[in-house]
Amino acid sequence: MSLDLFLQYLFAGITYGSIYAIVAIGFNIIYNTTGIINFAQGEFVMLGGMIAISLLEYLPLGYAIAAAVLITMAIGALIEMLFIRWLESPSVLRMIIITIGISILLRESALHIWGESIRSLPYFYGNEITTFNLGSVHISPQVVWVIVACAVMMAGLSVFFRSTPIGREMRACAANRTAALLCGINTRNMVTLSFMLSAGIGALAGCVMSPITYTQYDSGTSLAIKGFTVAILGGLGNSLAAVAAGILLGIIEAFSVSVVPLAFQDAIAIAILLLILFVKPHGIFGSSEAARLKDF
Amino acid sequence: MRTPRKNISLAALCLVTVGLHLLTAATGTQYYLTQLTMAAYYGLVVIGLGVLMGYAGQISIGHAGFFAIGGYLAAALTTRNLEPFRDAPLVRGLDSLGLLAAGQDIYGAALLTVTPWAACLLAVSLAGLVALVIGVPVLKLRGHYLAMATLGFGTIVYRIFLASPYFGEADGIAEVPAFPLLPALGGFGPVVVSGGAEHRVLNFYVAWGVLILGMALLLNLIGSRVGRALRSLHSSEEAAEASGIATARCKLQVFVLSAVYAALAGVLLTHFNGGIGPSEASVMKSVRYVALVAVGGMTNLWGTLIMGVGLTFLSLRGVFGAHDDVVFGAILIAVMLFTPEGMLSLRLKEWARRLIPGARS
Repeated sequence: MSLDLFLQYLFAGITYGSIYAIVAIGFNIIYNTTGIINFAQGEFVMLGGMIAISLLEYLPLGYAIAAAVLITMAIGALIEMLFIRWLESPSVLRMIIITIGISILLRESALHIWGESIRSLPYFYGNEITTFNLGSVHISPQVVWVIVACAVMMAGLSVFFRSTPIGREMRACAANRTAALLCGINTRNMVTLSFMLSAGIGALAGCVMSPITYTQYDSGTSLAIKGFTVAILGGLGNSLAAVAAGILLGIIEAFSVSVVPLAFQDAIAIAILLLILFVKPHGIFGSSEAARLKDF
Repeated sequence: MRTPRKNISLAALCLVTVGLHLLTAATGTQYYLTQLTMAAYYGLVVIGLGVLMGYAGQISIGHAGFFAIGGYLAAALTTRNLEPFRDAPLVRGLDSLGLLAAGQDIYGAALLTVTPWAACLLAVSLAGLVALVIGVPVLKLRGHYLAMATLGFGTIVYRIFLASPYFGEADGIAEVPAFPLLPALGGFGPVVVSGGAEHRVLNFYVAWGVLILGMALLLNLIGSRVGRALRSLHSSEEAAEASGIATARCKLQVFVLSAVYAALAGVLLTHFNGGIGPSEASVMKSVRYVALVAVGGMTNLWGTLIMGVGLTFLSLRGVFGAHDDVVFGAILIAVMLFTPEGMLSLRLKEWARRLIPGARS
């Protein structure tokens, strides 16, 4: 493999990896405040892309994306209020089945609204063949958009969780829900907020990736599995590690194309997931002591 | 369940089977038997999964994978021509054991395939073996991890069948031959699993017979020592472990058993339909099986059977139309939100008692 090809694969890997990382962080935000893995996380990404594409007829690109993110956040909040908020300490099995049901409803609604056709947003800058050269490597400007958007989201989330009062309340809720409740934090609102937040970042990721990966009603499922792989790989609940793990998975996938047929690409991510679950279920960056205290 | 009551219920199921046949015969709606046959095979998957989920407390979102392993292997082994490999040691070995059948394809060329019986045994035991190998590490996981791991397994199986030319890629495998279960005996003709209209009634009884046998086996299992061990495992794995129950082994046995049920249903349904496609392996199918178990009530095998066969039949008849998956998703959510013990756990008995004056309350 020549150096050029190597770098080309590397950039492709980083692009996909940052998207996986965003989906994984969406999983983490909800997991931290509720202990739930939201199996409908991939559908938020799909919805973000689809809504933005539909709004594009009426609004300029930037506004369409902003509106799509807000609408998806509202859907996230609505889902939490309808299906999750009023359950008294539900069992994990029950929550898994409910979120799977939600993902089916979202996917099928998307099928009925937008049909089976594959859609995409236009390139934010230039078009499919616009590239700029970095040394001898050709990079699409959209790749830069994806990486920058992901980096900005991560920085924003980190500032939000560290420095704003609401962010701190959410962290308190994540650390110990009962204690947070006793300190006067409305933990139920925090849970709703966490659904909104993870729906919002999922939707934004769905918008920036749409020109490259396209959007279809069922594109959420495989993203959810990969995002979950990344979340586990980094250790469930650890968002910084998720970024590293996401980029790692993206790069592994990108390079695997040169070894195995493309049709098996999804199987590779899942094989990695199974391997990690069997060998080190607390993640490559997590500690086994901490993992023992969490309940899965 | 106590033995007499169990036997009465099983006898009732036999009567229902005969009743369904007579009802369709009397009303001239014998075409319903085709979907009833298919529903019975899907019911077999669902009751197997029901014991795993309800009694052992382990979720599996990958059972369509086992169904597909059974169906696809049976289909591939009985249709793919081994004639070009006639001199390979493996093929020669199989031939000398009498496991191969020679024939002719529609163009008159020589065709050498595995006999349906051998293919069925191979497919089911391979599915069991896969469940054993996968089950050892997977069943150590709990909750979300277990759900995702089984979902991942199902997705890999789906991808493999979808991407392998040997398994027909997106087209699946068609023209699977009939499965002669029993040769002609005395006054009876041969028992054949196939979709032909002349075998419709016969196949209906074969499918429901298999379902009743499967149900009887599971009811015995639940009533036995293993069943009690499983239930204790569901309520608290630590307590079960402390009482001297080999929890890991128990879970694994039930996992393998439910995989074998799914694979057997896959084999028989594939022969009945005459083919299989990749959608049988899809995640949506696995989720549907979970939904059916949930609707029937996790620890209520009869409820699982009734809901599994009933809803599948309605779905196969196209009652839900294009909203098929939506209906199952909505059912899943509604049941889990309002009656996590299953729809039949609603207090129908108490309502009924209130309706009947003078009944013991």
